Amino acid sequence: MQWEVVIGLEIHAQLATKSKIFSGASTAYGAAPNTQACAVDLGLPGVLPVLNKEAVRMAVKFGLANDCEITRRSVFARKNYFYPDLPKGYQISQFELPIVAKGHLEIELEDGSSKTVGITRAHLEEDAGKSLHEDFHGMTGIDLNRAGTPLLEIVSEPDMRSAKEAVAYMKKIHSLVQYLEICDGNMQEGSFRCDANVSVRLKGDEEFGTRTELKNINSFRFVERAINFEVERQIDVIEGGGAVVQETRLYDPDKGETRAMRSKEEAFDYRYFPDPDLLPVEIDDDYIESVRITLPELPNAKQQRFVTEYGIKPEDAATLTSSRVLADYYEATVKASEDAKLAANWVIGELLGALNKDGRELSDSPILPEMLGGIIIRIKDNTISGKIAKQVFTAMWEGEGDADSIIEAKGLKQVTDSGAIEKIIDEVLANNPKQIADYKAGKEKMLGFFVGQVMKASQGKANPGQVNQLLKQKLQE
Amino acid sequence: MQNKTIAELSQSLQQGEFSSEELTRAYLDRIDKLDAQVNSYITVTADGALAAARAADEQRQAGQAGPLTGIPLAQKDIFCTEGVKTSCGSKMLDNFISPYDATVISKFKQAGAVMLGKTNMDEFAMGSSNETSFYGAVKNPWDLDAVPGGSSGGSAAVVAARLAPAATGTDTGGSIRQPAALCGITGLKPTYGRVSRYGMIAFASSLDQAGPMARTAEDCALMMNVMAGFDEKDSTSVDQAVPDYTTSLNDSIAGLKIGLPKEYFSEGLDNDVATAIEVAIAEYKKLGAEVVEISLPNTGLSVPAYYVVAPAECSSNLSRFDGVRFGHRCENPKDLTDLYKRSRGEGFGAEVKRRIMIGTYALSAGYYDAYYLKAQKVRQLISQDFKRAFEQVDVIIGPATPTVAFNLGEKTDDPVTMYLSDAYTIATNLAGLPGMSVPAGFVGKRPVGLQIIGNYFDEARLLNVAHQYQQTTDWHAQAPEAFK
Repeated sequence: MQWEVVIGLEIHAQLATKSKIFSGASTAYGAAPNTQACAVDLGLPGVLPVLNKEAVRMAVKFGLANDCEITRRSVFARKNYFYPDLPKGYQISQFELPIVAKGHLEIELEDGSSKTVGITRAHLEEDAGKSLHEDFHGMTGIDLNRAGTPLLEIVSEPDMRSAKEAVAYMKKIHSLVQYLEICDGNMQEGSFRCDANVSVRLKGDEEFGTRTELKNINSFRFVERAINFEVERQIDVIEGGGAVVQETRLYDPDKGETRAMRSKEEAFDYRYFPDPDLLPVEIDDDYIESVRITLPELPNAKQQRFVTEYGIKPEDAATLTSSRVLADYYEATVKASEDAKLAANWVIGELLGALNKDGRELSDSPILPEMLGGIIIRIKDNTISGKIAKQVFTAMWEGEGDADSIIEAKGLKQVTDSGAIEKIIDEVLANNPKQIADYKAGKEKMLGFFVGQVMKASQGKANPGQVNQLLKQKLQE
Repeated sequence: MQNKTIAELSQSLQQGEFSSEELTRAYLDRIDKLDAQVNSYITVTADGALAAARAADEQRQAGQAGPLTGIPLAQKDIFCTEGVKTSCGSKMLDNFISPYDATVISKFKQAGAVMLGKTNMDEFAMGSSNETSFYGAVKNPWDLDAVPGGSSGGSAAVVAARLAPAATGTDTGGSIRQPAALCGITGLKPTYGRVSRYGMIAFASSLDQAGPMARTAEDCALMMNVMAGFDEKDSTSVDQAVPDYTTSLNDSIAGLKIGLPKEYFSEGLDNDVATAIEVAIAEYKKLGAEVVEISLPNTGLSVPAYYVVAPAECSSNLSRFDGVRFGHRCENPKDLTDLYKRSRGEGFGAEVKRRIMIGTYALSAGYYDAYYLKAQKVRQLISQDFKRAFEQVDVIIGPATPTVAFNLGEKTDDPVTMYLSDAYTIATNLAGLPGMSVPAGFVGKRPVGLQIIGNYFDEARLLNVAHQYQQTTDWHAQAPEAFK
């Protein structure tokens, strides 16, 4: 039997506002428990929410970047349920009238093709606090610092047909929210997380199969693993003669499996109703235009521009625009080096390689664009060869200074003095009479051997072009 | 001293007849001696009151006194008061000392008013007789066998018994006007959004509104000058200029168009109350007002609609009382469910539980459309009734309540009859309109209240209409025998 996988994602992006969505408390991460929770966040008797306008602006920005409809009159609703880290006993969210309605987004697949994924809606809501189950000896600690942090919940259509597509979509949104500067995208701190709705059906079927919801998956790797595990599980259930049960399942990254959390029957009745403490959010054309003009260049447009403006390969442009910080880094390097192609090679090849090897983020790269540009300038003006430049890069990565000081300190300056190069060539030729004979007998590729020997003897510092030229002359003598 | 109004006290203080400290002490003494009979205070803040009074006296000496400087007031225990127990009439909050002041409280502090204490009330403002309070029923100063009305029963009793010159109340379905009527005092529920709800413990957020309860319309105007206004901490408060409510009090009401809704004078209205209201209407005619009969055809739907909307909102508003962060927590909870069940089961009284259950049911999947949505539609209809009426008339007048105060215990076993005692006041809350109750006579020992309903933000006119009546009648000036 041929199965088709159907996936829809609900992504929670924490909006990068300074203060909370309904209070003036700070949203900064990592403070001591309950130090960033004011009376409103604690849900004290009598307190009232006041909407943070910045959160609205960010949601609209997201909507406009994805050709979504912006709801002119959206409404906050209360989602009622009891949990100790939910101070009011309800979460303020949006239900029937979300601020962002239908839109779509293009994702690129591994085979180079692209696909459109529908966005159903995106709504504003407040985050809950955290329950801390360790260190309290049979009790639970509550930290309400996160309570009231603004979230944008982005709901996709069930348009994805594999775990890889789901990951591509999630990565695209992840990049986009950072481009828009509405979310820091930090998955370790939970600023960007997702739930996946997964079902399977026989290829060709019109009806969707029964879905399960996989909760709180906080890395790209886990999304792929969780979905793949769940797909296999559902197929096994059906092929074993059973039926998939509609339920919420939790992914356990340690065991690599999903397990049932609560069934449809146990699902909460959230008793949504419009929050009487908040007025509907009214948005007019002028407001939408005022947000539209603040939209930055988006990834697809930037990729196009990199190809035409810098003459680099489309796949390199795609890599360089995969995040806004990387694209900015690249453009700063181009500016510093005045060589777009070399800059692309060095950013993609050396820099990303080194970051990846050390498991570092671009933001903590020890090499700044101006420094990388400094290396490229010295390649271009023949101060160093490309090979030596890699040594300079490594030294720079270790924090040994800028290109010129490293070249100076390590004596890596390329030798361009013909006399000095000739001297080395003479020594090499004198030590290899047999190879000269071979060359003269017609084995022209021996030239490479001689170049290598000369470069080695010069510790890589001889100018390779000059070495080539002088060697040819000498061998003809 | 205790029979003076705020306006008179303000003058006496200014003329140095007595200091605020002396005045405050006199009230504290009265409370000490007399409150046991009515049970109108939950907390008396004697030390804080005397300190505030002394500060007010200094302010006056410095020549910085305003109309409310040094005036003692009682605050309904629904308003959060920093460092002072704020119980909302519930065991749930018996241990709750608020860490902050409600906006209304800080405004009175800024105006130099002195808080005598926190008044008794129906638990979480749910009740029409003040019998649901965890702190025991309040008694009507006019007749100690009668209820004072609710939920602001303590505030009404305090004013009637001369245990404070005036008090604050809140009104979700009549909770200022009904007790004001039953205790023979003057109370105003302002337009929804006129007074900040920040720090006022929510019962039904779309209906709750704070207002003054005093002996005269003039005193209500003085208090409104402090209470009213936009508050950035309350998104539902309205950013509209606040007039000086005292300046129009003496305007003539000749030519005023008064509407009498026939639905407020039909079945269910006590004959003696009807007679008193007719006498009051005759008084208005003498003052030059024109009286026309009008119809508010959806009046009969207001109680049922209210008892869906208010419980629905309260079921959600009261979820925060879960024993986790503040308030009552049960002993030795076994687990989380046990903590919730016992903390809430022990902390809330029967009426609160009843309304949480009604509201939870009304909002449940499958019932939402039939109850909550339908009730919202009824609200629209009721608002339209009033809108049409105010195209015809300036104010609407009728009885505030169908009967005078009933006996303690009389309706406690019959919630629906109890709910109907708010039949004339609830519609204005559903529409968000301002309404007043003004003393208009007695049936036996028990006072009758005349209700005046105005258009949105027309509080100044209501106060004017009430004040003019109080210039030619003296019902508002009478005091119960035991508290003279």
